[in-house]
Amino acid sequence: MPTATETIGRLTEREYEYGFVTEIEQETLPPGLDEDVVRFISRRKKEPEWLLEWRLKALDIWRKMKEPHWANVHYEPIDYQAISYFAAPKSDADRPKSLDEVDPELLRTYEKLGIPLREQEILAGVAVDAVFDSVSVATTFRDKLADLGIVFCSFSEAVENHPELVKKYLGTVVPRADNFYAALNSAVFSDGSFVYVPKGVRCPMELSTYFRINALNTGQFERTLIVADEGSYVSYLEGCTAPMRDENQLHAAVVELIAHKDAEIKYSTVQNWYPGDENGKGGIFNFVTKRGLCEGERSKISWTQVETGSAITWKYPSCVLRGDHSVGEFYSVAVSNLKQQADTGTKMIHLGKNTRSTIISKGISAGRGQNTYRGQVKIGKNADNARNFSQCDSMLIGDQCGAHTFPYIDVQNSTAQMEHEASTSKIGEEQIFYCNQRGIDTEDAVSMIVNGFCKEVFKELPMEFAVEAQKLLEVSLEGSVG
Amino acid sequence: MLKIENLKASVEGQEILRGLSLEVKAGEVHAIMGPNGSGKSTLAQVLAGREDYEIDAGSVTYDGEDLLELAPEERAQKGVFLAFQYPVEIPGVSNTYFLKAALNSIRKARGEQELDAMEFLKLVREKVKVVDLDESLMKRPVNDGFSGGEKKRNEIFHMAVLEPRLAILDETDSGLDIDALKTVAAGVNSLRTDGRAFLVITHYQRLLEYIVPDVVHVMVDGRIVQSGGKELALELESKGYGWLESKAGAA
Repeated sequence: MPTATETIGRLTEREYEYGFVTEIEQETLPPGLDEDVVRFISRRKKEPEWLLEWRLKALDIWRKMKEPHWANVHYEPIDYQAISYFAAPKSDADRPKSLDEVDPELLRTYEKLGIPLREQEILAGVAVDAVFDSVSVATTFRDKLADLGIVFCSFSEAVENHPELVKKYLGTVVPRADNFYAALNSAVFSDGSFVYVPKGVRCPMELSTYFRINALNTGQFERTLIVADEGSYVSYLEGCTAPMRDENQLHAAVVELIAHKDAEIKYSTVQNWYPGDENGKGGIFNFVTKRGLCEGERSKISWTQVETGSAITWKYPSCVLRGDHSVGEFYSVAVSNLKQQADTGTKMIHLGKNTRSTIISKGISAGRGQNTYRGQVKIGKNADNARNFSQCDSMLIGDQCGAHTFPYIDVQNSTAQMEHEASTSKIGEEQIFYCNQRGIDTEDAVSMIVNGFCKEVFKELPMEFAVEAQKLLEVSLEGSVG
Repeated sequence: MLKIENLKASVEGQEILRGLSLEVKAGEVHAIMGPNGSGKSTLAQVLAGREDYEIDAGSVTYDGEDLLELAPEERAQKGVFLAFQYPVEIPGVSNTYFLKAALNSIRKARGEQELDAMEFLKLVREKVKVVDLDESLMKRPVNDGFSGGEKKRNEIFHMAVLEPRLAILDETDSGLDIDALKTVAAGVNSLRTDGRAFLVITHYQRLLEYIVPDVVHVMVDGRIVQSGGKELALELESKGYGWLESKAGAA
């Protein structure tokens, strides 16, 4: 019996085949990347001149850069000229008309994850009124936020309606020249989210890309910018636990967070893109740059991520702790099953005095998965009394997977306090047998043991997300033990 | 209730049980004693369904059913319980959560209504008294950071909640001081009923002063070489196992 992920894979691959039609349909570009492509994208999005210039400069930088190969992941070289950098959303005619036309295996997975019918339709790309429903939900939601002065919209809308904010912050945390994929994203980014929370405002609800219809077609080069002004608070949820249908294999997103004085940003991600088949074929390559700047005193940025999808994950959500007394946190669960490869971790850059950071990383490897934790803690020479606590735990399920840990520590101030703990455990036959002996079957035992292992991270997730994440882990590891 | 006939089992090609026979009736307490390496723990593991052991010959019938055909969780669901010699730690999973999952999967398999959180809590409060276990241990992860004595008492507590038909206690007395031993024994005694049988595996006679067995078996070299009443335990205490070992050699 094919597993759910394999089936989703088939679906993804099938869609993928006609993802890059070069027909006369004006909104789709042929493969290749040059200045004209960048100009086309910018013009299509009716962007101001300064943004076009910004993109072109990024393209210039990207062309001079080399694809990085230091990560512990292996794949065939990517031909960047074989990719189309602007594909319009699919027309309704190409979409399934109802859930009856969607692969039943995919629906079975949705069911297991407990996703409501309406959302299943949206996720499966069904062309029905459900989409319009969610537009109206999103509108009510947005009105409520607008009353508080909170801006929550697509990146394109932000460029149109709040150009001064975008211009002020874009690229300030992740500069165009930061790395190869960030430069590529800066040149050709498709769309994404923009959030601005004004001074002293506490955002009363979790902001989720889920509510924003545009999120469904942000494309492969997503760009997100979140600014929390002085004394404000916002919690942002990215992605969803359901397997995402996507035609694009290469994803290179950039996320920038800015927390001003006394502000706090909590950014939670659940990523479940197609991981490829058991040989890793057809899975998504996820090369993401995520960074937060704790700009002001006592500001705080907290990253929580649950990564279960993608064939290759290259991702290091980081915090630059510039403000004195600022706090950075990173909580991560990364699962690699099948032939997935994950090289993920964080960077905590301590610049201000009395800055604190916490890193809790839980890597789970099953099947032939390879899981790497790569983290850097840097204490600058002015960062008096900086403190860091890092804990990196790996769990192995089966004997064909691997776990690797690469912690880098760079301390330039002698008052720093660093603590690092690491452990590797094999999900024991002893543990499973103990559960079995108490009447619990093996599948349930594995999910219980794994959830226990990840508990410290799950408790950082917003409640509903945490429940979904647990179920997701069960589905991701289904059949991984004997 | 339990009938073992000529059971032979090995691990990695090495034969450990060499033709063991034993019959236990409902309501009885059987003690199994024997020197180190005689196969006592192997017997417990084989009965509970540990896969590392190869069954080479013989049969085990439990309530008229072929026990060896059942998966470990099925055995548990049908009322076989093993109190582990070395209880396993499961970090991050609370003792309460674990036990509730266990009880409900057993109830579900039996076609009984699963208990909700309130009903379960009530049950736990009642049973926790049986072994005098600190209630704070309920919230802690399963066996994680428990002292040796706490782990053993936790096993008896699990037994009290799951109410098995056949309970196997694998050296539950080892590593316990006299007070803990008395508590554990009192817990076991309170669970003795006409419908429930116990197989108490122990190295020392000491435990049997508090859990008085109906039958004592002596195991040497993978076989039962001597069975008798509770006096046999005392005899072993004074004479040691030597005289029985030579008997096993002769057999």
